[in-house]
Amino acid sequence: MIIEVKGERKELEGSRSLEEAIRALGYEGARIAVARNDEFVPRGLYATLQLQDGDRLEIVAPMQGG
Amino acid sequence: MTDPIPPIWEIGGRRLRSRLLLGTARYPSLAVLQQAIAASGAEIVTVSLRRESAAGRAGTRFWSAIKEMGIQVLPNTAGCKTVKEAVTTAEMGREIFETPWLKLEVIGDDYTLQPHPFLLVEAAEALCRRGFQIFPYTTEDLVVAERLVQAGCSILMPWGAPIGSGQGLNNPYALRTLRARYPDIALIVDAGIGKPSHAIAAMEMGYDGVLVNTAVARAADPVQMGRAFGLAVEAGRLAYLAGAMPSQEMAEPSTPVTGTPFWHQS
Repeated sequence: MIIEVKGERKELEGSRSLEEAIRALGYEGARIAVARNDEFVPRGLYATLQLQDGDRLEIVAPMQGG
Repeated sequence: MTDPIPPIWEIGGRRLRSRLLLGTARYPSLAVLQQAIAASGAEIVTVSLRRESAAGRAGTRFWSAIKEMGIQVLPNTAGCKTVKEAVTTAEMGREIFETPWLKLEVIGDDYTLQPHPFLLVEAAEALCRRGFQIFPYTTEDLVVAERLVQAGCSILMPWGAPIGSGQGLNNPYALRTLRARYPDIALIVDAGIGKPSHAIAAMEMGYDGVLVNTAVARAADPVQMGRAFGLAVEAGRLAYLAGAMPSQEMAEPSTPVTGTPFWHQS
């Protein structure tokens, strides 16, 4: 399955839940929030949300801001 | 003597002491940032979101450093140019930072970073419905302010000058007008403040608070400057409550002249 993560193409084996994808991409344990196809996905939905081919993920973390 | 400054003010449902809001960007290091926050006495700091690389944990480290200070965070929607981007960013920020507080920014012009008045109002309407406590970053425009209040905002953050410019209060007349027209709305000057004297000027007008970032972060000594801004905001507030004397054209001797040596009536 091909998805787009932060604007880059990523290939994941087989079909994945968002939770599995986050683990496979190396974000486990990080303080992050996720939007899928420009829509916010609450943390509680990671386990049940199945990603589709071509999905776009934004993965963000805290940073300094004004 | 009792402290004449009301020790507590209420903002966004929280009772705080400091009226200085501090940005966390552009400091030389995380350690200097923490020291500057402590020196300033600020109890609200703005924070943001960025794309995180899987390898780096910079965001997690930053968040831990802020969290251990026990202060209120105000997540922003910096860089958003559409309502959709602002709403999605706001929701991600609410989850990551565990607060409904939101500094709502919708930028309409790349060169001045001027807020987009129409999209800002639209985004404020959408986010008020979603239960956010919005601190909208807006211009000094009175009618835009009215629309934001109608949308449900009880706090407004008009700019003093463009972000990071350090110009101070470019339109004091309009800022005074906002204060006069919205006595019950919390007004905070956000952006453009370069020196403590600018912060004092805003507070002397009766503004409820001031948000500063670059002026502290890019000072030669950010920790000292943090302290200077903390004192300035307090001094300005105190001056507002004390009520300044009216200015006049001609001199008026402050020392009584009657009875001074060599006094004679001319």
